[in-house]
Amino acid sequence: MNTHLILRTVSKLLIPLIVIFGLYVQFHGDFGPGGGFQAGVIVAAGVILYALIFGIEACKLAVPPSWVRIGMTAGVLLYTGTGVATWIMGASFLDYDVLAYNPHHPAGQHLGILLVELGVLFTVATVMVAVFYAFASRTPDLKDGDW
Amino acid sequence: MLTMIAEHFNYGVVIILMMTGLYVVFASDNMVKKLVGLSVFQTSVFLLYITMGKVRGGVPPIIEPTGDGGHEPVASAGHGEAAISHASEQASHGAEHAAQAGDHAVQAAEILYSNPLPHVLILTAIVVGVATLAVGLALVVRVREVYGTIEEAEIDAINYAFDLEGYNPEGEIR
Amino acid sequence: MSFANFAVSSAAHAGPASPTLLIDIGLMAMLVVVAFAILRMRSLFAIVMLQGVYSLLSAAWFVSLDAVDVAFTEAAVGAGISTVLMLGAMLLTDRDSAPVPVRKSVGPLLVVILAAAAMFYAVPDMPAYGDAQSAVNTGVGMEYMQTSPHDIDVPNVVTAVLASYRGYDTMGETVVIFMAGLGVLLLLGLNGNAGNWSASVQGVDIGRQHAPSAKNIEPVSEKPKPKRKAKPQIKAKAKPRAKRKGADT
Repeated sequence: MNTHLILRTVSKLLIPLIVIFGLYVQFHGDFGPGGGFQAGVIVAAGVILYALIFGIEACKLAVPPSWVRIGMTAGVLLYTGTGVATWIMGASFLDYDVLAYNPHHPAGQHLGILLVELGVLFTVATVMVAVFYAFASRTPDLKDGDW
Repeated sequence: MLTMIAEHFNYGVVIILMMTGLYVVFASDNMVKKLVGLSVFQTSVFLLYITMGKVRGGVPPIIEPTGDGGHEPVASAGHGEAAISHASEQASHGAEHAAQAGDHAVQAAEILYSNPLPHVLILTAIVVGVATLAVGLALVVRVREVYGTIEEAEIDAINYAFDLEGYNPEGEIR
Repeated sequence: MSFANFAVSSAAHAGPASPTLLIDIGLMAMLVVVAFAILRMRSLFAIVMLQGVYSLLSAAWFVSLDAVDVAFTEAAVGAGISTVLMLGAMLLTDRDSAPVPVRKSVGPLLVVILAAAAMFYAVPDMPAYGDAQSAVNTGVGMEYMQTSPHDIDVPNVVTAVLASYRGYDTMGETVVIFMAGLGVLLLLGLNGNAGNWSASVQGVDIGRQHAPSAKNIEPVSEKPKPKRKAKPQIKAKAKPRAKRKGADT
């Protein structure tokens, strides 16, 4: 019997919940503590947990390094792209009001904050996973006795 | 003197933590230990900022949705503090009188929030701190691979020998 | 000074005592103890774990200081990701640190004592703890609390300030995180191979096909060893380079 049977079973239940919790923190950052940074770190922690229990090779099949590389740039592009979009719509950089102009209710601000927090989520999550891949791909796998 | 300590104890604790972290950075030879000391130092600086933004009797800066849906936190800082000091002047005998009057004063005024601006700055600083830590650790790993050690004394010795004798591919790295 | 007098004078000057005072004092004491333990320990594994404990304790103190967003981030980042990265780096380097001779710590101790003395000299000028009228708490921060419901209408004012009022700073922070990731990837490589780097010293190419892994490098002893065998010429592969440590097989 695999010595890590309990860990594998429990993590198969937990990792989806961790990712869902990360998304919850992301989208409820407007109403309580949370936001892009915390959510990005939580999602990265879920991926790192998968790598710790199932091995780095299995994790690279689940979250390929090419996605991670693309995600890093996509996050920054999303953030600055929101600013450029507001430029194109006629206002100054990162002036969210023009995104959904409504004089009675700041809907543009809500849309702008949603987009930039999404950009932050992508960047933070993928950078943490990329750094973990960089460190973890350099060692040979440790047997249990080596610790 | 005792009131001065009671009002500024947080700075004293933070200074002790900062100096401990700084000492670890200066005095340790091992590069990973230096980075840990740097992380301790950074976290104590965050504590300094957040303790400066704390408002006594305040709540976290999340605006509670109220029933009438339009209740704004008007200049609450001035009202709350003036009411509290007035109440405590009135009841100068016994701590429990002052505590009761303080409670009434907070409820009578608007909700007192803690200052959100240091929180925003420190949130940025925390994540930037871990990013620089990652780069620092990557550098330490590369140093270990080239020199075979992460102790500064040994690295200095290897560099000195390299300067004296030049590069020799047939010889040992260290 | 009796306890009642102290209570009255502190109540008159600083308002009612904080209900979390005992928790605050306990957390502060634990933080100081953990910081000193990090200073004195030599096992790197213990030091990395204590750093995670330090981050978690400061996250608990942040909650007591009403900074819930900061506590969330510090717990996730400091006690989570930072510890994982340090453990990963520690796996690739050493497990213990060498002892530092006492004469090397006199200078740092002097500098640290001087800096601490200077900062303690400045402490009485700082605003009182929890003062709602200090310069910090009557500036732009509190203005954000008042204008945010009308301008942005997002209940969490920290998110509103972070993403909207101070959106430029957050953009810079995102770019900094991206660049740090880029830096780590350039140094170590996304698959652990550091890319195809080449280096040449005095006309000799010392680039390797694969980066060495920690298994092939022997741990060092405590004395510095500047060994170099004095072989002047570079033979053209006359003998196998098996003696060279770190050569991949």
